[in-house]
Amino acid sequence: MNVSRTTRYVLFGALGLGLAVIYFPLLVVLLNSVNADTTFGWPPTRFTLEWWSRAVTNEGALSALWTSVQVGLAATVIALVLGTMAAFALQRYRFFGRDQVSLLIILPIALPGIVTGIALNNAFRTVFGIELGMLTVIVAHATFCIVVVFNNVIARLRRLGGNLEEASMDLGADGVTTFRLVTFPMLRSALLAGGLLAFALSFDEIIVTTFTLGAGLETLPIWILNNLFRPNQAPVVNVVAAVLILVSTVPVYLAQRLSGDTASGGRL
Amino acid sequence: MSPNQAPSAVSAAPVSGAAGAPEPLPAVRLRELRKTFGTVTAVDGIDLDIAQGEFFAMLGPSGSGKTTVLRMIAGFELPTSGTVELAGSDVSRLAPFQRDVNTVFQDYALFPHMSVQANVEYGLRVKRVPKAQRAERAREALRTVRLEDFAQRRPAQLSGGQRQRVALARALVNRPKVLLLDEPLGALDLKLRQAMQVELKQIQREVGITFVFVTHDQDEALTMSDRIAVFDQGRIEQVGTPVEVYERPASAFVAGFVGTSNLLGGRGAEAVLGRSGVYSIRPEKIRVDTDLAAPAGTDEVSATGTVTDVVYAGATVRYEVALDVGGQLAAVRQNEGSPAFELAGSRVRLVWRSEHSFRVPDASDHR
Repeated sequence: MNVSRTTRYVLFGALGLGLAVIYFPLLVVLLNSVNADTTFGWPPTRFTLEWWSRAVTNEGALSALWTSVQVGLAATVIALVLGTMAAFALQRYRFFGRDQVSLLIILPIALPGIVTGIALNNAFRTVFGIELGMLTVIVAHATFCIVVVFNNVIARLRRLGGNLEEASMDLGADGVTTFRLVTFPMLRSALLAGGLLAFALSFDEIIVTTFTLGAGLETLPIWILNNLFRPNQAPVVNVVAAVLILVSTVPVYLAQRLSGDTASGGRL
Repeated sequence: MSPNQAPSAVSAAPVSGAAGAPEPLPAVRLRELRKTFGTVTAVDGIDLDIAQGEFFAMLGPSGSGKTTVLRMIAGFELPTSGTVELAGSDVSRLAPFQRDVNTVFQDYALFPHMSVQANVEYGLRVKRVPKAQRAERAREALRTVRLEDFAQRRPAQLSGGQRQRVALARALVNRPKVLLLDEPLGALDLKLRQAMQVELKQIQREVGITFVFVTHDQDEALTMSDRIAVFDQGRIEQVGTPVEVYERPASAFVAGFVGTSNLLGGRGAEAVLGRSGVYSIRPEKIRVDTDLAAPAGTDEVSATGTVTDVVYAGATVRYEVALDVGGQLAAVRQNEGSPAFELAGSRVRLVWRSEHSFRVPDASDHR
């Protein structure tokens, strides 16, 4: 599009301002994780790796990290299986109430976390009589992780159409062989993208987690919240926050590259 | 398969086949084939025999049922009723992978995550042909379509015409009894399409496989096929050689769809030809004469009229003429360099040999 020079400057200015508002605070967190000043005076004058070495030996943080990884992986696996199956069902078959089911699958990601959290908390404890623990938080995370897998897979299926599978069957491959040699390879990058996003969603979730996590357990975001205002933990909190930024950025970046990978259908 | 036929094609001469050589079974035989989608009847009771080694075209406008018939032969759709036989055996209820036919899809449907080589080998791979043998056969198939240098490319790296040839090689490598082609040239530009028409025909002669070819392009059907079936509204209007279909269309629809519609009926037909009914005259058979008084030759008929329109089309010029007796006829003549537009609005006489006006069944004696 052809825009005047002034327009271009204004637009670039707005872009820069918007990005600065989002990313400058994150940069501060990263810098403070190596800021030698315990009161985090700004601007930092001296740098140290002291907080990082303290963080890697901090038992609370490490066990919280391990819990987060376990929850994230389990929720992602559940989301991959159910999300893919749902996408196939809704893309390949016409049935009564199809659009409504599609909406019901996507809804959890739009619902306020606090509503989902309270609802699940009630359901688990009072209706099903299940004690809150790691399992409950995994199930809770899976409810919204399914959405991203579902969205990725259904978009890919839509683009593929049924034609490649017909070609495969036409060339003599039965249903199972067709899935193994054609359908699955074509879906692989969409599954990976969906899985990475699902993991990232679970990894930094805090509201639903608060309501569904068992006593004595902490995920990483919960640990940060609990330690944020303890002065002696503050430097380590910064380190953990920095780790969290990195750990959630990488999957999202990869996922974006994978779902943008269109015509080639997935080299990964 | 009917009970009086042996399973082998060699010994399966029809009982009525008298003393002569056993008549070979048709490569494809359709009987009473019907397909409905909900309340829509896509294919409405089709009977058709396609001979071994034939280049057969199914021609018709979109929605005429030709592609659905092709998909039923391939096995992607199951017939609502009726049967599909391949070389004498009933395959109506078999899955696509159980039928000895292969398809070239309209959009080629090449596997984007595989190389050209892997695409071509796919059919052999799933049939567990040993690796060395399938590499050899793939190379041979790629040579047939003149793409042997492209084996390691991805489909995305090929042009439309090359993809089309890969799709052809991928199907031919399996040496099917019948090759189905669903508008295979539809996505190519005109020059490439004309080149591929010639090439496809050559390849078909080389490999000797029965080709069944779906197209909505009458030129393509006329140029390439041994026989043509003209489809309309789920039925076959006419089956015949290109010459038969063009020169002797069996209905007004065929006359209009294959070639330009040029019909003379009602009072016009009675006045010019002295007969009632609807008659079709190919525009290129009509001579445009500016001498209104010149007598018609023997076996010739003529009609006077006014040129209402002159359509310049490069190699040819088409004249639309309103006849004095009522009705409208088009006449086409070679662009020989005479000033084409001078005739616009002037009075002319159209002359053609009476054998070139042939009666087509009109609505009153049709259906």
